[in-house]
Amino acid sequence: MPEPVIVAQNLVKRYQDFVAVDGISFEVAPGESFGLLGPNGAGKSTTMRMIGAVSTRTSGKLSVLGLDPNGYGPEIRSQLGVVPQENNLDMELRVRENLMVYGRYFGLPHARVARRADELLEFAQLEDKATAKVDDLSGGMKRRLTIARALINDLRMLLLDEPTTGLDPQARHILWDRLFRLKEQGTTLLVTTHYMDEAEQLCDRLVVVDKGRIMAEGSPADLIRRYSSREVLEVRFGSTQNAEVAGRIQGFGERVDVLPDRILVYSDSGENELERMTAAGLRPITSLVRRSSLEDVFLRLTGRNLIE
Amino acid sequence: MSANDVGRARDAGAASDSIRLETLAAAVAAAARTRRYGSWYVAEHRFRVMRSYAQTVLFTAIGSPLVYLYAMGVGLASLVDGNLGDNAVNGVSYLTFLAPALLASSAIAVASEEFTYPIMLGFKWNPTFFGMNATSIQPGQIINGIVISVAARMLLTCTIYYVFMLVFGAVPGALGVVAVLVALLTGLAFGVLVMAYTITLKDDTGQLAMMQRFVILPMTLFSGTFFPLDLLPPYLQWIGWISPLWHGTELSRVFAYGMTEPIWLSLVHVLYLAALLAIGWVWARRLTVRRLNK
Repeated sequence: MPEPVIVAQNLVKRYQDFVAVDGISFEVAPGESFGLLGPNGAGKSTTMRMIGAVSTRTSGKLSVLGLDPNGYGPEIRSQLGVVPQENNLDMELRVRENLMVYGRYFGLPHARVARRADELLEFAQLEDKATAKVDDLSGGMKRRLTIARALINDLRMLLLDEPTTGLDPQARHILWDRLFRLKEQGTTLLVTTHYMDEAEQLCDRLVVVDKGRIMAEGSPADLIRRYSSREVLEVRFGSTQNAEVAGRIQGFGERVDVLPDRILVYSDSGENELERMTAAGLRPITSLVRRSSLEDVFLRLTGRNLIE
Repeated sequence: MSANDVGRARDAGAASDSIRLETLAAAVAAAARTRRYGSWYVAEHRFRVMRSYAQTVLFTAIGSPLVYLYAMGVGLASLVDGNLGDNAVNGVSYLTFLAPALLASSAIAVASEEFTYPIMLGFKWNPTFFGMNATSIQPGQIINGIVISVAARMLLTCTIYYVFMLVFGAVPGALGVVAVLVALLTGLAFGVLVMAYTITLKDDTGQLAMMQRFVILPMTLFSGTFFPLDLLPPYLQWIGWISPLWHGTELSRVFAYGMTEPIWLSLVHVLYLAALLAIGWVWARRLTVRRLNK
């Protein structure tokens, strides 16, 4: 079995007044696409920074690419690509120049960086923006440029912190497509996200993180199977009626969750549950049958929604 | 990967099995160039950024000696020399007295520009320093690279200033050109302190503008720039003694026109400026390590 690229054991990061990461443990194998899923403030980015060798852990063990970040920061970082949550492209430089200066930071010769920059502009579909000002790029383009920049060195692992937050659906799909290509080429991906669909699209395996702790671990399908049902029926009776109706549908499906605005019925067949409801004389204002998602897993595990 | 890298890896206490040693040696090799030249890569980046405002750099470098030397050195000097004679101040003409001080001030001006807002920019407004820190670059190298790049701009500015001083006939001393290096030392000694202070700011809520008004401007006025320090009342002279600009200006005058002062005092000027430079530099590096390690 190949040696894992990340081994975290009981990893803790404590700031003066709070614990951001509270003893998490996981391993990532080479070539794997691994996700940290959780709401804002769960400790995902902090974990990512510790793995990226820019944040010193408070306690626990951590090995990245076989090295301890405490003693080998530059050595680890030389083999990583990092896409931070906040774009930090240099606004005072042009698009291609951003790739050039970044490549030099890895000690690569000018000619090699120049060649690689042109390849990456093509990969990021930014060839005709090479001399544009960064400020003039759209949000999606800036993100693609940041990803291109992260790929300039000979990396063994790509860290992506909330790669598509704030992008419109079309831009997200273009980005996912690019990331999927990297995954196919065997690049190890480590992704944090609070988007279910993103985790389902990109991750082979993930951990659900909340308040600095790991709540569950597995593949997306695996987690859904374990913590949810095949389908979910969402019904709305109007906010004043939900509580009253809730009493009458206990025992429906495998489980019922009453939220302030709607009721969720977990079942292998949402349609069947809807028929039962109609037969019982209940008339929801709206109803929707959908496949179960990681959102449901998160709700089940924490009793809260991911995006609040 | 060289035998040397494997050696370093072994020294570092790697596990004995050969695969892990190879991994470590490859990692050490991958980061070796940046460990050695990282500061220069940062400087290279800063030079590219400076190129985007090269016109401003050149315009101020040429414009300010022209304006200042003419207005003060020729205009004001005719008034001073007219009243006090040809050997108006310190036994030389007013222009000769003033020019070395203006030279040192020009280095301070570059410092107060380059070590303030661009630093705030890199840590906060457009956090490129965090981007650098995610590569093999180390925090201290970011500071080194900034100092290198600003030193280069300062040297250019001071050299142009010195050429204008020659043109205006303001440098009788044979060793006058050394004043350019003194100005560089002065600007950097003051600048690294300003940089360290700027790194401590989480937000700019006017502190940098206040510093311009209440530190840099008074320092220029009370550092023996326009008149000798001993003309000030004794209770104000301490401003000059702690001011890097006063030390730099006095030392410049020694070289520019052979101003006489005890050797020990000249040594104090050099040591004081060197000490500020060392303290500010180390302080800025430490603050950066702390600020980037979140």
